[in-house]
Amino acid sequence: MTTQEALFKYTLRIGDNDLILGHRLAEWCSYGPTLEEDLALTNIALDLTGEAQALLQYAAEVEGKGRSADDLAYKRPERQFYNSIITELPKGDFGYSIVRQFLFDAYELPFFQMLTKSKDETLSAIAHKAVKEVKYHLRHSANWVIRLGDGTEESHNRVQKSLNDLWEYTGELFEMDEVDETVLKEGIGVDLTLVKAEWDETVNKVLAEATLTRPEDGWMQTGAKREGIHSEYLGYILTDMQYLPRAYPDAQW
Amino acid sequence: MNEKETKIWNAIKDIPDPEIPVITIEELGVLRKVEEKPSGEIIIYITPTYSGCPAMKRFEDDITQTLKEKGLDENVHIETVYDPAWTTDWITDEAKKKLEKYGIAPPAQKSYDKAAILGKEPTVRCPRCKSTNTELISQFGSTACKALYKCNDCLEPFEYFKCL
Ligand SMILES: [Zn+2]
Repeated sequence: MTTQEALFKYTLRIGDNDLILGHRLAEWCSYGPTLEEDLALTNIALDLTGEAQALLQYAAEVEGKGRSADDLAYKRPERQFYNSIITELPKGDFGYSIVRQFLFDAYELPFFQMLTKSKDETLSAIAHKAVKEVKYHLRHSANWVIRLGDGTEESHNRVQKSLNDLWEYTGELFEMDEVDETVLKEGIGVDLTLVKAEWDETVNKVLAEATLTRPEDGWMQTGAKREGIHSEYLGYILTDMQYLPRAYPDAQW
Repeated sequence: MNEKETKIWNAIKDIPDPEIPVITIEELGVLRKVEEKPSGEIIIYITPTYSGCPAMKRFEDDITQTLKEKGLDENVHIETVYDPAWTTDWITDEAKKKLEKYGIAPPAQKSYDKAAILGKEPTVRCPRCKSTNTELISQFGSTACKALYKCNDCLEPFEYFKCL
């Protein structure tokens, strides 16, 4: 694997996480439990989509085959998406979406913080920008996890169940393969074991305050980030998201 | 900046922000640099306040339109840069006063620090009655760059330009 091939796939993985999770969050638009929360979730979706735009644009440049960010978002088939499965799972109830968001934000903040040190100037610049935004995302999701976990019996039970259900998808975020090893060796990528250590610290602290129980690590679902083998849900997202550009390939705003 | 660059800069610096029309793209810090390449091509560098800022396209369109009206649009291109990342520290003091007068509380502190993830909210002053007895309603307002607050003295809700 050349550095260029690794960098392309690496950038896609980061961008795809943001694109797909941004899409999932956008499904809350007009369904939020309160008006303020509706605005918050869609604003976070917008941040993620913006980050995805910058990342996919860079991935397209790295690839050097004349594709654009839009081509990558709207014309790739399912097996060529490398987001982690946790980002594509259906939005569930508000508590489920919040727990998923928290588990992801707690990963993404230290990830981007470490990526700011990348020798790749573009990734470093995008990471600098993203760190500022993801701090607000994590603050938002962590506050809600505490509020729901340490809330009523009903809210506590529901977020505990969401946490138990989502746990098996957290392992994939920290999985490292040849792509990671290659970019890490070049000083471009991030050591995910270090991200995991920070994630553990944040998760343990917030779950304790939320009176929630951290599930035991067991079997972890993986395969999407590495090889594009997804849950059944990604196909449905793409059907929705890619409909217009596929039906009208040359459509312009 | 050379003469040509200055001319372009001056022609576009007063374009208002589409969402907060009392401040300009220069005061906001979105307009970063105008540079003449050895080929004679002029590049205008702009940077987004937020990655997903929907106003970016509008900034570009407004700049293009303004230059066209002034007959300065030949061989000019606009590029978006992410480095250095935009920060509320770049909003000029003059612009902060204008924001407050417009009803948006300006950023209250230097950009957000790492320890603040679960820490205290900043003290935000009500742009209407100047009371500091205010409280956060939501971290995200009508746009990603603003939070929603309410004033406990005059009881009015208002927007706060978050520190970034
Ligand atoms: Zn007031």
